[in-house]
Amino acid sequence: MSDRVSETVTMPMRFGSNSGQSVTRRDGIAKVTGRATYAADNHPDGMLYAVYVPATIARGRVTHLDTAAAKAHPGVVEVFTPKNRPPVVGDPDKKPFMFAIPIEVLQDDTVRYAMQPIALVIGETLEAATEGARLLKPQYEVEPARTGFDAEPAKRAAAGPFGRPAEVVHGDTEAGLSQAKQTLDVTYDTPAQYHNAMEPHAIVAKWDGDKLEIDTPNQAIVLSRGFYAFYFGIPADNILIRSPYLGGGFGSKAVPYSPLVLAIAAARKLDRPVKLVLTRAQMFGPVGHRGATRQRLRIGIDGEAQMTALDHVSTAIVDSFDSSFPEPAANASQGLYNASSLHSLMMVVHNDIGVPGAMRAPGEASGSAALECAIDEMAEKAGMDPLEFRLKNYADVEPGTGKPYSSKALRECYAEGAKRFGWAGRPLAPRQMVDDKGFLTGWGMGTALFGAPMFAAQARAVLRPDGTGLVETAAADMGQGAWTALAQIAADSLGLPLDKVEFRSGSSDLPDGGVAGGSGHTATAGGALHAAGTDAIRRLGELAAADPQSPLFGTGNQGFVARDGRLYAARDESRSEAYADIIARAGGQEIEGKGSAARPPEDAARHAMYSHGAVFAEVKIDPVLFQMRVTRLVGAFAAGRIINPKLAESQLMGGMIWGISFALHEEARFDKRTGRIMNTDLAGYHIPVNADVQGLEVITVHEDDPYVNPLGIKGVGEIGVTGTVGAIGNAIWHATGRRIRHFPIRIEDLLA
Amino acid sequence: MKRFDYVRPLSVADALAAYTPGAAYLGGGTNLLDLMKIGVMQPDTLIDLGRIAELDAIEMLPGGGARIGALVKNSDLAHDRAFAAAFPMVAEAILAGASGQLRNAATIGGNLMQKTRCTYFQDPHSPCNRREPGSGCAAREGDNANLAVLGWSDACIATNPSDMCVPLAALGAIVEVQGPGGRRDIQIASFHFLPGDQPENETALQPGELVIAIRLPAEAAAFAKNARYLKVRERTSFAFALVSVAAALQIEGGRITAARLALGAVAAKPWRVTAAEELLAGQSPTQEVFARAADALLEGAKPSGENGYKIELARRAVVRALQMSAAGTPKRMPALPASSFAEEASHV
Amino acid sequence: MSYSISLTVNGDQRRVELDDPRVTLLDLLRERLDLTGTKKGCDRGQCGACTVLVDGRRVNSCLSLAVTLDGADITTIEGLADGDTLHPVQAAFIEHDGFQCGYCTPGQIMSAVGLISEGHAGEDPERVREGMSGNLCRCAAYHGITEAVIDATRRMAETSERKSA
Repeated sequence: MSDRVSETVTMPMRFGSNSGQSVTRRDGIAKVTGRATYAADNHPDGMLYAVYVPATIARGRVTHLDTAAAKAHPGVVEVFTPKNRPPVVGDPDKKPFMFAIPIEVLQDDTVRYAMQPIALVIGETLEAATEGARLLKPQYEVEPARTGFDAEPAKRAAAGPFGRPAEVVHGDTEAGLSQAKQTLDVTYDTPAQYHNAMEPHAIVAKWDGDKLEIDTPNQAIVLSRGFYAFYFGIPADNILIRSPYLGGGFGSKAVPYSPLVLAIAAARKLDRPVKLVLTRAQMFGPVGHRGATRQRLRIGIDGEAQMTALDHVSTAIVDSFDSSFPEPAANASQGLYNASSLHSLMMVVHNDIGVPGAMRAPGEASGSAALECAIDEMAEKAGMDPLEFRLKNYADVEPGTGKPYSSKALRECYAEGAKRFGWAGRPLAPRQMVDDKGFLTGWGMGTALFGAPMFAAQARAVLRPDGTGLVETAAADMGQGAWTALAQIAADSLGLPLDKVEFRSGSSDLPDGGVAGGSGHTATAGGALHAAGTDAIRRLGELAAADPQSPLFGTGNQGFVARDGRLYAARDESRSEAYADIIARAGGQEIEGKGSAARPPEDAARHAMYSHGAVFAEVKIDPVLFQMRVTRLVGAFAAGRIINPKLAESQLMGGMIWGISFALHEEARFDKRTGRIMNTDLAGYHIPVNADVQGLEVITVHEDDPYVNPLGIKGVGEIGVTGTVGAIGNAIWHATGRRIRHFPIRIEDLLA
Repeated sequence: MKRFDYVRPLSVADALAAYTPGAAYLGGGTNLLDLMKIGVMQPDTLIDLGRIAELDAIEMLPGGGARIGALVKNSDLAHDRAFAAAFPMVAEAILAGASGQLRNAATIGGNLMQKTRCTYFQDPHSPCNRREPGSGCAAREGDNANLAVLGWSDACIATNPSDMCVPLAALGAIVEVQGPGGRRDIQIASFHFLPGDQPENETALQPGELVIAIRLPAEAAAFAKNARYLKVRERTSFAFALVSVAAALQIEGGRITAARLALGAVAAKPWRVTAAEELLAGQSPTQEVFARAADALLEGAKPSGENGYKIELARRAVVRALQMSAAGTPKRMPALPASSFAEEASHV
Repeated sequence: MSYSISLTVNGDQRRVELDDPRVTLLDLLRERLDLTGTKKGCDRGQCGACTVLVDGRRVNSCLSLAVTLDGADITTIEGLADGDTLHPVQAAFIEHDGFQCGYCTPGQIMSAVGLISEGHAGEDPERVREGMSGNLCRCAAYHGITEAVIDATRRMAETSERKSA
């Protein structure tokens, strides 16, 4: 019987009054008034300031630190170096969990990359700690830094990130290429990029005996508790992590990085709360980055422009001591185009750099950039419109595996996007369009693709005696809108208006909301909340159905509809009762539901699951000076069920602007002699400013996906980056006739 | 940041009296404070000029010139109607620099004193002859894509990053300074030094001397009708120039009667070659003539590293800036000052 | 050496004893006056997250030494709303979704308030974009920011017209 109840109450979820609405952000007022509390805003009594000293070489040993000078500076409380390092229990050179990386917490005097912590200075004031750190003036025994793709011959990667294989083979691409009527063999380079969330990594750590409280922005709050438990030899339950707001994450705030662990260790040693905030420059080293790639793409087509081979080998620069995260760019060629043979392979070159990690659309962003440009080049060779070429090679089942897609409205994305953009009539040849001001004008497009994963999460939902709801899950809002979208899902599952639901999140003492990453957070944490709400309603229904005084007495076998704080008999809506009344008669105790979400492995085996999209770009380029501007971007995306169109649109736009950034701006510039990055600030490491953005449009194409998860949600956090980079690169070619096979594309490239 | 003493004089005389070796004058702080934070500047004493009222005036002089107090904020000068009408390319250059917030704080004197953005100068852990004489130039074989192509030496390939100084140089501004030895005028062309073998000598200021004003001569206002600043950069806004050009013309009866021309971001000082201007005088404003002027202005240019592209870019930018100035100063400041896209229609 | 300065912060007159002249306005607000709404994004004037109004003008509080501000009138994000009534720029940012993570938002909003009072941008999107380019947003909510600033400009102009009528 209970099964039937639970099936019935999924009804209001599908047609609920909250999901699908463009609700404004529930945290909006907090954020526009300055009341939203980010980690570094905390200031417990007795707090000290920590500043770490970054290595200014990329490889070698620290031979001297002027600790006397630092200690003599007024207000400096302590100087930690390898000689007196604050204890860390777990081995920092180990990887305690899959996503963790080896960390540097002064365990020795080795320098493995520039910006690595080599000392920690504690002060009564930020000013004192900062100057103390400067006064340490490190001296080194320098070893030659390994920098760039030429540092060593590329080797085959042991494995890809996230446990994925380094190589995927479907069919014989060499044969496919040799049989092809036309072939393409091109190499694209992408640079190292650094997340640079506006909020620098920060932590406020406070110990009480062997209990630890930390305020730190974190994309995986409950999981991270385990990391810190390992490093400090205490049970995970002794750790409370608060992360109600992240000032941006983009993949860089999911694991405990060296400076954060050091700050906690210092707080324990000194028995006072400690705050540490990274400087902007310090974000170019110990806190992850997108590794540089060199990608060779070979494509073959037959006489009908059908792809006979798609061969994608990506070489990624990785660090020299962990190497677990070769930017998986070659993966981007799986799952999209219907090539009769498909091969992708990851290679690595070791450098003396910090460990790379996941950065918004890891692999997909760099891989899509190269792939979509190569597809454009192949279309050009075939003499075809790039959209027509993509349609010609449209995959109706996942290439290689033959798995059906759980849903795929990519054709509609192409059609809707092309229509809105006005793609029809685009000249095939480049350098044909000049606007009335004389600017070279180019149109390009790219396909967007991103997986639709689901992780594991738990949630709790409570119906209170007054008929309102409380829902809890330790989710992370890094700007994507979890505070709002997850509450919308929860409100629908409880059959309540949004303002009658309190949502507690962002703290590790709540049920595990899983990782905010991989574009799977809404599906996962939302799925758990939905299950918890459904469970609470089921229990409420059981109470009502068993209560002779309830109008719903005896209706349990037909199930219920929960709507607006009332429970209705599913087949007789004249019979209904308010939640509060049901609960009051049952003794006035709150009703608790629990839920969890994860994708059953058999579902994952049955279908290929992706979000799709098509991005169309217009660039205008000064014909003489080659100053460039992306004047229009239209993205059409099919990403399953959209919980909050306004927030989804914002995220997709943000992703597309990341595409502009990738195409035209972002790049860490290394000094090849020292292995140091020379543009470790926001004046030198360019990301787009407001004036770089105009004419942005997002279309979401409706998609019902019955297989991806019970809510039909895919995810929109990362897909916007994919497709866009290629679209811009292709538009630049279309405007100028120049194929620039590296990113970012600069004025000097077009001038050459 | 190193600890310092702080004094706040109320007059120029008191400011000069407060000077001791190792002291620094503080204007808006947008450059000095930044350099103090990263350890490049370490003054023992900060002499805060912010309360010296006598330095805070914009005076339009009889006869057409102007005198701008050193403490006038960048934004106040750029938006001063009388000043912008007389010297539009100075206003345009100022508005092409930095951001609204920075321009509200940064002073004219401070803009003149701006240090190079060379990343090695900004990094106390790198050799840099400008910052630490004799230590070497790390930029020479390093990250130098946006460094000098003119007037550089083996000791230093830094560029001057100021936008404002480029039209000031073109217009022959005069820098008024006051020091222990009294007041003196310095031609802007002599104010910033090329590096030679002593790049640490950045300006003509003697120890303790203070910029108190900048004067624009009356004849500079005669270019108001045809004067533009053009800035080529890697973002649409809020970025330092790859190259920039101040170009001003006087045109009568279809012929150029006088020209002023200077390049920014290509050398340790704004780059002006009067021979290039003389070449324009008496000519029709054609692309061919402009190209000859550009060649003259860029004579002797050579890459100091991976920056050869800047020579060709500068040549093209000069021609474009001259075309823009020949077309006339726009009635209203463009939406995107000094940009290629200044006149472009906007999409929402 | 200690420095005593007086500041008006969000309308309240405050006397601040500074034991250290190195304290920036940003760090004074955040670490000593418990006004943490103003954010530190780069500490070098390159991102705009720390934008506040000093004597009615928008500036980067990270590049301003507190000790130089004796007598100044400071407005931070905490001082913008009138009780529970949001300032039109704050309301417009919510309505147009002009932020995601919210970290740059106080600086964006204070910059927008400054821009509007400067009066050079009006409702021209291109001028607004240029005028807001000193405020980086890594979530890249620029589209909504531009719309919000234009909308707030319009609403504020209407309100002041009504008041003067």
